Amino acid sequence: MNQIAETVPLTKKHFESDQEIRWCPGCGDYMVLALIQKLLPTLGIARENFAFISGIGCSSRFPYYMNTYGMHSIHGRAPAIASGLKMTRPDLSVWVVTGDGDALAIGGNHFIHAMRRNVDLKIILLNNRIYGLTKGQMSPTSELGKKTKSTPLGNIDRPFGPVALALGAGASFVARTVDNDLVHMGEVLRRAATHRGTAFVEVFQNCAVFNDGAYAAITGKATRQDSRLQLEHGKPMVFGKDRDKGIRLRGLTPEVVTLGEAGVTEADLLIHDETQSNSVFAYLISQFEAPPCFPVPIGVFRALTTPTYDELNIELNEQVRASKGRGELSSLLNSGETWTID
Amino acid sequence: MLRTARVADSEEPRAAGLAGKPPSETAAPAARRIEELDSVVIRFVGDSGDGMQLTGTEFSRAVAKAGHDYSTHPDYPSEIRAPAGTLFGVSGFQIQYSSRPVFTSGDAVDVLVAMNPAALKTNLADVRRGGIVIVNAGAFTEGNLSKAGYLEDPLGDMSGYRIYEIDISELTENALANSGLSKKDAARCKNYFALGLMLCLYSRPLGREIDEIRAKFSKKPAFAEANVTALRAGYAYAEATEMFETGYQVRQRSAVPGTYRSITGNVATALGFVAASERSGVPLFLGSYPITPATDILHELSALRNFKVTTFQAEDEIAAICSAIGAAYGGSLALTATSGPGMALKTEALGLAVMLELPLVVVNVQRGGPSTGLPTKIEQSDLLQAVYGRNGECPVPVIAARSPADAFECAIEAFRIAVHYMTPVILLSDGGIGNAAEPWLIPDVEDLPTLDVNFRTEAEGFHAYARDARLARPWVRPGTPGLEHRIGGLEKDFLTGAISQDPLNHQRMVEVRAQKVDGIAEELPKLQIAGPEAADLLVIGWGSTYGAIAHACEEAAAAGKSVSHVHLRHLNPLPRDLGDILDRFKTILVPELNLGQLSKLLRERYLREVVPLCKVQGRPFKVAEIVERIAELC
Repeated sequence: MNQIAETVPLTKKHFESDQEIRWCPGCGDYMVLALIQKLLPTLGIARENFAFISGIGCSSRFPYYMNTYGMHSIHGRAPAIASGLKMTRPDLSVWVVTGDGDALAIGGNHFIHAMRRNVDLKIILLNNRIYGLTKGQMSPTSELGKKTKSTPLGNIDRPFGPVALALGAGASFVARTVDNDLVHMGEVLRRAATHRGTAFVEVFQNCAVFNDGAYAAITGKATRQDSRLQLEHGKPMVFGKDRDKGIRLRGLTPEVVTLGEAGVTEADLLIHDETQSNSVFAYLISQFEAPPCFPVPIGVFRALTTPTYDELNIELNEQVRASKGRGELSSLLNSGETWTID
Repeated sequence: MLRTARVADSEEPRAAGLAGKPPSETAAPAARRIEELDSVVIRFVGDSGDGMQLTGTEFSRAVAKAGHDYSTHPDYPSEIRAPAGTLFGVSGFQIQYSSRPVFTSGDAVDVLVAMNPAALKTNLADVRRGGIVIVNAGAFTEGNLSKAGYLEDPLGDMSGYRIYEIDISELTENALANSGLSKKDAARCKNYFALGLMLCLYSRPLGREIDEIRAKFSKKPAFAEANVTALRAGYAYAEATEMFETGYQVRQRSAVPGTYRSITGNVATALGFVAASERSGVPLFLGSYPITPATDILHELSALRNFKVTTFQAEDEIAAICSAIGAAYGGSLALTATSGPGMALKTEALGLAVMLELPLVVVNVQRGGPSTGLPTKIEQSDLLQAVYGRNGECPVPVIAARSPADAFECAIEAFRIAVHYMTPVILLSDGGIGNAAEPWLIPDVEDLPTLDVNFRTEAEGFHAYARDARLARPWVRPGTPGLEHRIGGLEKDFLTGAISQDPLNHQRMVEVRAQKVDGIAEELPKLQIAGPEAADLLVIGWGSTYGAIAHACEEAAAAGKSVSHVHLRHLNPLPRDLGDILDRFKTILVPELNLGQLSKLLRERYLREVVPLCKVQGRPFKVAEIVERIAELC
């Protein structure tokens, strides 16, 4: 990695493929694509050393639009394919682009195990809380009661949160961002790209056709300041249009407080710490659900420095080769007990 | 049949009841007659905790060192440790060894060593009339008899067999009285007592086995010495007792000169893959999920990190093949190894590999099916799944190993096809091949085939799906500047590989994928016919039935039958010369451990009637079963 093969400085243009983009007008995926195309040339990695792997779904069309190496594979399996690629090609920067159905329903197993192992993959989950490519069925992140084509009387299938799931699986980097906040998304993606180990980013992504407005409260100009909590490492959890609200912890129970009321000051507020190896803290804030109760946190929930699977694998190989020497085929075939017949 | 082991016939008086009598260390060895044999079939059976697999393996090792050809058949229950004494907990290990080439582990058992009543009950029927039965009399307690479902002691009437009752439990315990081992630990050494006994009876030296035990248990010296004591006690007992009036010796074999080792199919498969990697210079990757009876391939390769080998125990069968697809995309010789149920799970990903046109090897060590079926038993019922079992027009080359040693060559052949044709390849083995051992004439590395691997690096004129003379597309490693491209499971343009929904392009792509796989037959060597080039009967087989068919055909030919044998390694595509060969025979017999799957393929391909011979009992063919059918047909 890190060798620039091309003499011309890379630009966003270099990462745009010749394929016509086939997402619906107004789809949040466009933003993510544009930002990643903008981010990659700044990372100091040669274009040929990027590989984008995806599964099936709207978001999984992503690799076709990137002028890098890429594979549009089968439903839910991208993390497994990407793991095999990264394990054998640690020199590559391997990205997985997935969706809520692809990663959390059909591919749930690969998703959690990739994070458990801490393979050095960047996993970007475009969560629109709906099945778009099959035209509007509930997904594992659809809200209870939601009416979709497969739940005409309302969804009774309890959703789970991708961030909490990733934390539960032991991911070393977990973050969330929203598709229409380009500055925030750019920063989160940059953090993910430079993290060593599995970097998981959930993007709240609007499906303009089948689930328009799913994140309206968090993304709408009028409400967003009051309904989202921007996580900043080492800073107290303050939010609100007037920056006068905060999160305070009573025992293990969080509560929303107003600064200046009943003597509450910033010193009473919870300080965000993304480096806690214990997942209790990050899990606690991952449970903040949409208003009216709590603001929805965006930003980096956890960023830990911990050995990656691919590093450990290389280390083991080096140890074995140092102690046993490079394997030699003839001795291998002749190993164990042999006997000779003249 | 070639086996000429002949022990005195049945109606011998039952051997004197010497159960429990300790061997006299000082007694001079009985002056025993040594009978020379051409071949013998011995089966060790006991509880799954009795160590019979170890006893059998060690006995095989001893005869291998004497230069005999042999074949083994381990037969164990799928329970890890079934309740002691039960019928379903019986574990067995059969070996046939001979002064001549051995093809199978043998039909009828000459010598049965049964460690308890359940073992006797489940195996006695396989012993030939007049055969030897050695039982551990100490295990024939009321409780064990009742667990085995015996209403009365079967040892009371063993007419037709030569029965030797020896209280192996007590003799072992006595021998270890001063070892300091607990009674329970001492009891665990009785398999070595049985081994010592058999080594003596079959005139094998003890010294090597003692070294073997000390090496094997080097970390537990007390246990090693206890086993050595038990082994010696068994040997001394057989030497001293007057119970055995005859000892046996299998005649020396005149084998092909060279260096040999004992090898199981799973180990041979793993070594073949390493050879493919070493001979091509391309690193090897195995993504695998543990499944009986394929797991040993994972074990074997996981220990070889000093080669260019990466192994990955995936979270499931799907991840196993998908990780291999990722590794293949990255430029490794990638494979996954599994058995029937895992194969079913890998199906969709295999289709992806066909679309991506990446080299990949999928090993299916078949077992009894459907579903979980008979996990530890032999069957060949996944052939049609291998050839056809995917959505869409999805051709995959299929090859099959015929024996443990052949699995080595097949592993290399699988990667040759995968790499030269840029395609996934299915390599069929089975539980019989995977776990059975036979002597293997170790090849010279220089004689092994090399694999031609060319990664494309030239950007000029590059198209992801442009094809060479074999219709293979270029293999490009990510990281190659200027060749960035995208591939995927959607239908793609004939040349560029960009997504294409064009109707005529789809037909063209479906056809070219089929032609590519069909074209593999162009480079296959001519089929070997064992027997006359034209005759009354041709027996066609594939996979692990090789030994039984070859043996049966030899026997039938010796009896004057006009019969030949062709054994297929390549099952998809079928070799080009097979059609002509079929035309030269009046009748075609196809023995298979399924309900006639190769028969179906042959009928479909050649519009030729064939006679299936089907067995699906979780057991290999007996030679006699095939001989009988041959006799009916010609």
